Amino acid sequence: MKPYYTRPAWSCIIACTVILALLPILNLAFPEGHVLHVSSYAIALIGKFMCYALAALALDLVWGYTGILSLGHGVFFALGGYAHGMYLMRAIGHDGVYQSDLPDFMVFLDWKAYPWYWSMTDNYWYCLALVVLVPGVLAFVFGFFAFRSRIKGVYFSIITQAMTFAFMLLFFRNNTGFGGNNGFTDFKRILGYSVSAPSTRAVLYLITLAFLFGALLLCRWIVGSKLGRVLQAVRDSESRLMFIGYNPLGFKLFVWTLSAVLCGIAGALYVPQVGIINPSEMSPGNSIEMVVWAAVGGRGTLIGPIIGAFTVNGLKSWFTSAFPDLWLFALGAIFILVTLAMPDGILGVAQRLKGIKRNKLLKEMP
Amino acid sequence: MSSVLQPGKTYETAPGEAATSYARVKPEGLDTLHGAILYLEEITVSFDGFKALNKLSLDISVGELRCIIGPNGAGKTTMMDVITGKTRPTAGTAFFGQSMDLSKMTEYAIAQAGIGRKFQRPTVFEQHTVFDNLELAMQMDKRVKPSLFFKLSSAQKDRIDETLKLIRLNGMEKRLAGLLSHGQKQWLEIGMLLMQEPQLILLDEPVAGMSDAETARTAELLNELRGKHSIVVVEHDMGFVTEIAQQGKVTVLHEGAVLAEGTMQQVQSDERVIEVYLGR
Repeated sequence: MKPYYTRPAWSCIIACTVILALLPILNLAFPEGHVLHVSSYAIALIGKFMCYALAALALDLVWGYTGILSLGHGVFFALGGYAHGMYLMRAIGHDGVYQSDLPDFMVFLDWKAYPWYWSMTDNYWYCLALVVLVPGVLAFVFGFFAFRSRIKGVYFSIITQAMTFAFMLLFFRNNTGFGGNNGFTDFKRILGYSVSAPSTRAVLYLITLAFLFGALLLCRWIVGSKLGRVLQAVRDSESRLMFIGYNPLGFKLFVWTLSAVLCGIAGALYVPQVGIINPSEMSPGNSIEMVVWAAVGGRGTLIGPIIGAFTVNGLKSWFTSAFPDLWLFALGAIFILVTLAMPDGILGVAQRLKGIKRNKLLKEMP
Repeated sequence: MSSVLQPGKTYETAPGEAATSYARVKPEGLDTLHGAILYLEEITVSFDGFKALNKLSLDISVGELRCIIGPNGAGKTTMMDVITGKTRPTAGTAFFGQSMDLSKMTEYAIAQAGIGRKFQRPTVFEQHTVFDNLELAMQMDKRVKPSLFFKLSSAQKDRIDETLKLIRLNGMEKRLAGLLSHGQKQWLEIGMLLMQEPQLILLDEPVAGMSDAETARTAELLNELRGKHSIVVVEHDMGFVTEIAQQGKVTVLHEGAVLAEGTMQQVQSDERVIEVYLGR
């Protein structure tokens, strides 16, 4: 295995985590205009990026390590978001435009009561359970049938893409009961705290950071275990693995479901920070973008996709404000560049530079 | 003398170590009551009407080293595919011991039951180290949860080290398997087979593409395994077959069925064999 997780690398990861953790504290502690003040805009942006990074990390577990390319991880992200969003909608209470018991979109549809699947969603812990269960169960069932039928490679990717597309169409319908086109928005509070208050935002940010760091440790433990080596063997030569007595189904299902759950958690953390969830999160393009993050950072490294998510989204933020029309061209160019020139992503380039430097040092030695 | 490995049993002593027990005349497991470990009866495999195997019947005794030869297209590899569950027979039965119906088992269940296979082309996990390759193959609970919480015991580490020595890859355990030479990959694959502790080993052309020195070393390796496992070797290289078959049985396949069976000398003097294979 490539030695990415050396002691200096861990020090660097921990240092980055500490710096990221300090930012919301600086935001709260210093008034605007102070040198050390971090803007609320930056906090919101980084919070969002961390959710994306968590999704990219989840994708790396299945793509980078197990060789299962999912082009539909957006659906797990969005379902986690919707599950959390259901509570946030209930928590609006009578403060909506129509001041009704029901969310505005249901009043608009002239519904008199909540449909059955909205029952108990006013309970926060129930919704949190849904955040894990809905993507998890969907992934488990979908994965079970796909993997049992030995659907692999590009065929599997296409089905995942079709799945997210089908879900998008389903959620676009008003009658599905999830706000149709507009999705969920106008959230007011979470567990009684205002979602727009800087302190609430800081807490959400810190929880997201904790989940991202925790997920990195969890994934690192998994890929470092013997199970991780089995996963990589699935990626490299699945049939060979069967002839030494492993049933790949269980391994693929485990990692696929875990990845979906992590992605769902990322979506759930995303919704209160961004303030909206709608079916466009399930569009095929979004899922493909996740793949781009992982590829840009360097797949099969865990830390790479996190770097990739920050880099690509950082560029996106800058591009969409500086040259709004050009972003999609830039994204395409990045993907082509990465595929052709840096197949191991940013981390791969860093490794190569390190190698060149070392070789130079060796040559200079007498 | 060393003991013959039975289905459902593992080594009593570590392999490579001089085993102390004597070969059992009567196998202990119920499975091999009649002394045979593998029965193929009237196996037919047809691909779109073409019969790759045509009523092939064959049985392998416990502890036997059987060589199987035959011209290209005789069905040697298809036979191995049937035994390991890769191909389902169109007709006929394949039994491992007395009770396991191979035609109804999945590839991994067959591997766990104790049939190990080396492929024609060396297939090792190239992105894994030599050590990891052996560790993956090692006989153990190969389900998800035990794999996640697996910790290598010192006895297991010793077993890997011994196998490394046996296949002459000690000192290279940290090297990526993809960086090994062709011959070394073949040995690593044999080493992986040994880690599986199979009762029956299937070797598909184990010396294809090897240099003379490597071939000689492989023959030496197989001779060391003789008697500890039941082994089936499919091979083209006649010199190699002569060397390892010694006085054991050799089976000649032709057009999906058994053409002749006997010692190497007997089959070499068989008129039909000379006509279809050796004479050419």
